[in-house]
Amino acid sequence: MAKLKSTFLNMLLSLTLIALVAAAMLSGIYLLTQESIEQQKAEKQLAAISAVLPAYERIADPETVQGLTVHKAYTGDTFVGAAVETESNGFGGKIRLMVGFDNDSHITGYEVLEQTETPGLGTHIVAWFKNADKAGQNIIGRKATGAMSVSKDGGDVDAITAATISSRAFLEAVNKAYSAYTEGEVQAASGASQQAAPKVSGDSLSVTCACGKPIEECCKTKGTPCEGNCGDCKHDGEHQCKHNCKH
Amino acid sequence: MNKALKTLTNGILRENPTFALVLGMCPTLATTTSAINGMSMGLATTAVLICSNIVISLLKNLIPDKVRIPAFIVVIASFVTMVQLLVQAYLPAVYDALGLFIPLIVVNCIVLGRAEAFAAKNNVGLSALDGIGMGLGFTLALTILGAIRELLGTGKIFDFAVFPENYGMLVFVLAPGAFIALAYVMALVNKLKK
Amino acid sequence: MVYLLIFISAIFVNNVVLSQFLGICPFLGVSKKIDTALGMGAAVTFVMALATLLTYLLQMLLNRFGLGFLQTIVFILVIAALVQMIEIVLKKISPALYQALGVFLPLITTNCCILGVAIIVATPEMLANKLPGGADPSLWTGLWYAVCTAIGFALALVLFAGIREQLSMNKVPKAMEGTPIALLTAGLLAMAFMGFSGVVG
Repeated sequence: MAKLKSTFLNMLLSLTLIALVAAAMLSGIYLLTQESIEQQKAEKQLAAISAVLPAYERIADPETVQGLTVHKAYTGDTFVGAAVETESNGFGGKIRLMVGFDNDSHITGYEVLEQTETPGLGTHIVAWFKNADKAGQNIIGRKATGAMSVSKDGGDVDAITAATISSRAFLEAVNKAYSAYTEGEVQAASGASQQAAPKVSGDSLSVTCACGKPIEECCKTKGTPCEGNCGDCKHDGEHQCKHNCKH
Repeated sequence: MNKALKTLTNGILRENPTFALVLGMCPTLATTTSAINGMSMGLATTAVLICSNIVISLLKNLIPDKVRIPAFIVVIASFVTMVQLLVQAYLPAVYDALGLFIPLIVVNCIVLGRAEAFAAKNNVGLSALDGIGMGLGFTLALTILGAIRELLGTGKIFDFAVFPENYGMLVFVLAPGAFIALAYVMALVNKLKK
Repeated sequence: MVYLLIFISAIFVNNVVLSQFLGICPFLGVSKKIDTALGMGAAVTFVMALATLLTYLLQMLLNRFGLGFLQTIVFILVIAALVQMIEIVLKKISPALYQALGVFLPLITTNCCILGVAIIVATPEMLANKLPGGADPSLWTGLWYAVCTAIGFALALVLFAGIREQLSMNKVPKAMEGTPIALLTAGLLAMAFMGFSGVVG
């Protein structure tokens, strides 16, 4: 077959034809793969949720608390914990995490959903903070405080070697998750459905510091040394406590 | 038969896209942080290259000369999008690792270059072989470079530990290491050619 | 403030060529002289701003009709057409500018930093990742990011051309001549730019 001449009609027809066939084929492939892509995403999320939470029977519909997505887990009607999707700005871009808490504020696990940290340095966040052999860097099983920080900043979590910024960003995301978790928990506790109320220990609602004293007493004046870790203050008092004691 | 064999091996050795033609540098440098990433990128490009070579060779008489470049681009971009969707659906880990560089196959000079220089002038069989050869040459180059960077940077090859755990010249996984590693591999190829 | 952070981040910290590997081909190809490097840099900045604006709006249109998957094919065609049009318009309106930038325009279609940045800006999740902390992905931050990225490209190109002008007067081992020594130089330049990492937190 001879080559088509470059007349206007030929050019128009040929390009239109190619574009139409291409669009049709792409639409086909798109429809074919769409379901699988959506499924992948859902599976990935579910896998992350179940990886960070203790055993549970069902997950409630996700809620948005403080801009973060909270997935609450129940066994029967008992609240067993929540997985929170959280994020912060790391060294190379956004760090997105799924952090799990049990019903008593203990961190039960975390998964890094997305990160663009420096390979070989910041990327260690994926496993660094769940190394069961190194207590200093392991955060799993710790009681969340909402003010976790690296040892360099006066906290008690060992940062990744040569990746302090990534470590800070990671802990910031965890703290944000905790903040969303506590607010969500309060809602769950004071929620209308009484029998669905999670068995949260009562003290988590009263305003006391970790040292046991009421917040007013614990952090009376600015700069006063506080017994125990004021960062352990819960809920409403926490901000005030941190503010009064640390600065 | 001889011609077919020559076409096939041409891209792997004599006209290797990376080492001899110096085409497609962006994915070469960006995706070779590990051997497996380099290989994935190479194979994705190969898939596009083979498909576009075949289709363009089939359509060459239907496309008037003056609009051949836009027509080629449409064909190539369609295959790139197909590869992108398929990888996203069935190989999500690869999709996460390569990210932006999958859609960018469309501006990889190798693909358009082979369409223009080979597929538009030769029959379907030879064009397919050329696509396979060039694709494999590119894949080979990326895999080698990825393996070198992974080995020097983290002490592993294909995730298999070769050196003790605390070994690592991290810079080879980072941006400068990409340029430097490729520079020396190219110099070595130049040396061996003589 | 956010715009200043984007400026610093896109030019120095995450330089498009030296840390993101976009636009390597013109970086290696058009960097033998400072003059040509400047011309290429200017042409890329110009096209990048226009292309990003156009593709961002097109993506909104595509998304409305649920055709987001046509992104790649539509963007590359739009960029190719845009470059052609700029060439024609420039020739008519400003022959002087055409003289300066004209030769670089055809090369820009296959410059992957144009398509790359267009895709990044049109995809909010990707853009959020590239912007420094606190900046929300929007048309304006995206457009500013594109312009700054292009300036970063121009800067890298001009610096590199300066080094290569000096380098051309020196003896280089035979096997290292041409691309290898250029790549090695680029590697050292990338290392220098790595010093900026962490500046924008």
